[in-house]
Amino acid sequence: MTPTTSLPMLSLLIFGPLAAAAVAVLLPNDRLQRWWALISTSAIAAFSLPLFWRFNPDTAAFQFTEHASWIPWLKADYALGIDGISLLLVLLTTLITPLCVLASWRYITTRVKEFMICFLIMEAAMVGVFSALDAILFFVFWESMLIPMTLLIGVWGGPRRIYASIKFFIYTMSGSVFLIVALIALRIQTGSFSIPGMMGQPYTPDFQIWVFAAFFISFAIKVPMFPFHTWLPAAHVEAPTAGSVILASVLLKMGTYGFLRFCLPITPYATRLFAPYILGLSVIAILYGGLTALAQSDLKKLVAYSSVGHMGFATLGIFVLNAHGIEGATLVMINHGVTTGALFICVGIIYERLHTRDLSEAAGIGKYMPIFSGFLGVFCLSSLAFPGTNSFIGEFLVLAGSFGHSKVLTACAVPGVVIAAAYMLRMLQKVAWGGTRNPDHAGLTDIDFREIVTLTPLLVFVFWIGLHPQPFVRVMHPTVLHLIEQAGAALPPAAAALP
Amino acid sequence: MTTSSFMAFLPELVLLSGALVLFVLTLGESQGRQARIAALLTALATVAAAALCLGQHAVLFSGAYRVDAFSQLLKLVFASGLAFILLLSGRLPDIRDQIKPEYFLFLTLSVSGLVMLVSCVDLITLVIALELSSYPLYLMVPMRREREGQRSQMESAIKYVMFGVAATGIMLFGLSYLFGLTGTTSLPLLIVRLQPVIHSPPAVVGLALAFCGLYYKLAVFPFHFWTPDVYQGASNETAGLIASLPKIGAVAVLVRFVSLSPSDNQVIALLLTGLAMASMFYGNLIALAQKDFKRLLGFSGIAHAGYAVVGFVSLSTAGYAAALYYIVGYMLMILACFVVICQVSRDGTNVAIAELAGLHRRSPLLALTLVVGVFGLAGIPPFVGFMGKLTLLTSALAQGHLALVIVAMINAAIAIYYYLRVVREAVFGDPAGNQPPIALDWPTRMLCALLIAAIVAFGVAPEPVIDALAASLGGLNLPL
Repeated sequence: MTPTTSLPMLSLLIFGPLAAAAVAVLLPNDRLQRWWALISTSAIAAFSLPLFWRFNPDTAAFQFTEHASWIPWLKADYALGIDGISLLLVLLTTLITPLCVLASWRYITTRVKEFMICFLIMEAAMVGVFSALDAILFFVFWESMLIPMTLLIGVWGGPRRIYASIKFFIYTMSGSVFLIVALIALRIQTGSFSIPGMMGQPYTPDFQIWVFAAFFISFAIKVPMFPFHTWLPAAHVEAPTAGSVILASVLLKMGTYGFLRFCLPITPYATRLFAPYILGLSVIAILYGGLTALAQSDLKKLVAYSSVGHMGFATLGIFVLNAHGIEGATLVMINHGVTTGALFICVGIIYERLHTRDLSEAAGIGKYMPIFSGFLGVFCLSSLAFPGTNSFIGEFLVLAGSFGHSKVLTACAVPGVVIAAAYMLRMLQKVAWGGTRNPDHAGLTDIDFREIVTLTPLLVFVFWIGLHPQPFVRVMHPTVLHLIEQAGAALPPAAAALP
Repeated sequence: MTTSSFMAFLPELVLLSGALVLFVLTLGESQGRQARIAALLTALATVAAAALCLGQHAVLFSGAYRVDAFSQLLKLVFASGLAFILLLSGRLPDIRDQIKPEYFLFLTLSVSGLVMLVSCVDLITLVIALELSSYPLYLMVPMRREREGQRSQMESAIKYVMFGVAATGIMLFGLSYLFGLTGTTSLPLLIVRLQPVIHSPPAVVGLALAFCGLYYKLAVFPFHFWTPDVYQGASNETAGLIASLPKIGAVAVLVRFVSLSPSDNQVIALLLTGLAMASMFYGNLIALAQKDFKRLLGFSGIAHAGYAVVGFVSLSTAGYAAALYYIVGYMLMILACFVVICQVSRDGTNVAIAELAGLHRRSPLLALTLVVGVFGLAGIPPFVGFMGKLTLLTSALAQGHLALVIVAMINAAIAIYYYLRVVREAVFGDPAGNQPPIALDWPTRMLCALLIAAIVAFGVAPEPVIDALAASLGGLNLPL
């Protein structure tokens, strides 16, 4: 049952930011730019909330669907719609964007207009990726995001920004070239670029394997999965705060979302065939990300490597192919968006004050910034999956799912949680209570009203998901069950007879 | 001539009378400014005439010249391209004042050759139109000012002529085979008489050799040798012309020739596949090492010619339409790059990639134009370059050319690197030393805005353009 809606909600969420960007071109000064970006993104966030209320949680069908002819010549349509999983990701995108604008309020001082325009274009593309039901539309949004993100890192980033932005671009672009070939191959098999139309088709095993391989390279780079992760620390470290936040919170989710939207329902046979290897890579990512984070002295690098570990949990949950696992993985995706986004904002707050992200330089600032320490403490605990916070629910579900799948695998992944506790507590302990008095810290001021406003919504989500995850699990439950059914689909009889 | 055939020939007449006016202007004392205005007016009048004559159908000159949907659509493209080029050639800093009227005369004549080329359905008129479009270009290359005893423009002009003449010779040789097999020079007759013998070696050799003259225009490997040197040796504006419009003409005629062969001709398909792969790899790999922006565009142009050939491999209408759409989009993107070159180089010298450093501070609009053009060439959505590649690859994969598609995508990935180098200098870098801001006059601003809008619009809403191209291909080569 798709709720009948008079407003094309998803289109408005895509074209709203673009219209706001067009207005921003005309605004004269930086102050006005910041306010306009904040007002427009907040309005879009508020506008996106009814999606959650009006979403029918009892069905796995796509809702808020829109359909219009776009390029009939290629059989590509303008088709939008969301299910339980993409709903959460769309909301994450729209809610995190105004916080990014707030987080860059004072950090971005040059070319404010261009910065805000890049951000608004990115918001449009991100919502587009999560709501596109046509493969070409999906790919256009997927790639459109590259340019603003590269500019974000390359223009407003740190000292090695050019290296980082080019590495980011080349890595993701070389992944996408395989994606587009796979999409064209599917289009030729099914006769159209419609994503739902590609699902559950009787493809031969060979075809599925090749298509899956192309999907995998593209999505694994975006997640990023070990060993494709090397662009991530560079991009995170050099990006401005808001860039890191959006990269961690939303961009990485595009990879895991791709697995859920394309790999599982379109190539179920290949998914099951390759799942054990991907699970292995996920466990490596969890342990490797954790151990590397443990060794970092740069705060941003620490959080970046923790991302690799967290995303390892997400892919682990997806490829155990059971309800607990996938629901846990989706929650990990949301939680990682909330918590890691918040941690990057915290690191940005430290950097704005000390102009360094070095852990030992930042040691002991808790004495001067008690409110900040409170926030940082909660987010660190959330990141190490402390019970009562959001990440606990997600990682617990993932581990419960993987326990049902393989006990050995789970036993290998569990130390990841312990390592997360080690590196997060090490950071928290140093920053909040750390050792010597540093004369540079004498003039430190605690976070101001703007920064509190930036962090509070994330804090609310940490506890809301942590204490009452039911509303979030409820909306995605039918979708997840449907997805598992699709991923378990048997091969067509003729194809199955092949050796 | 009846009224209807007069209407059918209107764009050519407008263009030729414009060329006549320009010829009169060349007789007087250096009237560069008047010549440019006359040329621009001619271009605009031709655009209007071509738009007016879009629906015309006629056969002129005893069946040698055909006015149909295909030719009229491309005439509109050429006329618009001429207007773009003339907007681009504002100051012409590297052409001496005394010969500016001649420059505009040759420019107009070359484009009029292209305009006639797309209507020619007889081998003889076709070769003549091809030469009419080439010879003015041979003269425009050495018109560049000599500087510091350097005569690279002469060297490149000679290369251009030598390769051009050789390619034409090979093409004529191939055409002689086709004539020998069929006893006619008329394409619609040729297609009928060639059908029974199309798989015979002489027919395949004849067609393959006939393609060569077009490969030369399009700069397909191994007929590409002139490209980087001519780009570098010719003045920036001339290189902009050579890089854009003649390639559309070549693709258009290639459509006419390739559609002579039926869609199951594996030899032709294999030949085209090999050329496409070689062009893509050669162009992209060598472009990686370039320091001069025009040379880089030259090598990338070879690679793009390879992409365009991908459309022909499928030997299907979908593929031809895709190739035409791609090359029209390519014209927009390459012109966007050349606007930047012409404006950055105040005195007409060549532009090294390093000289683009900090362009975003010197002129934000130029930087935006460059970014849109270069990302378009790299094939990033939502620009036309992406949609073009998508249509090309879809048509090739629909005919089962998986290896070619994968090679094309690997090349797209290689190309990203050198395009990013350009973007890096222009957007991420800071101006070296004390570079002044670049002031743009209003025609340039308008041109930038037009090109950006067209690159985005063609990329986001390709349907009307591809549809029109595909529809116009329907009646191609049919006997009237």
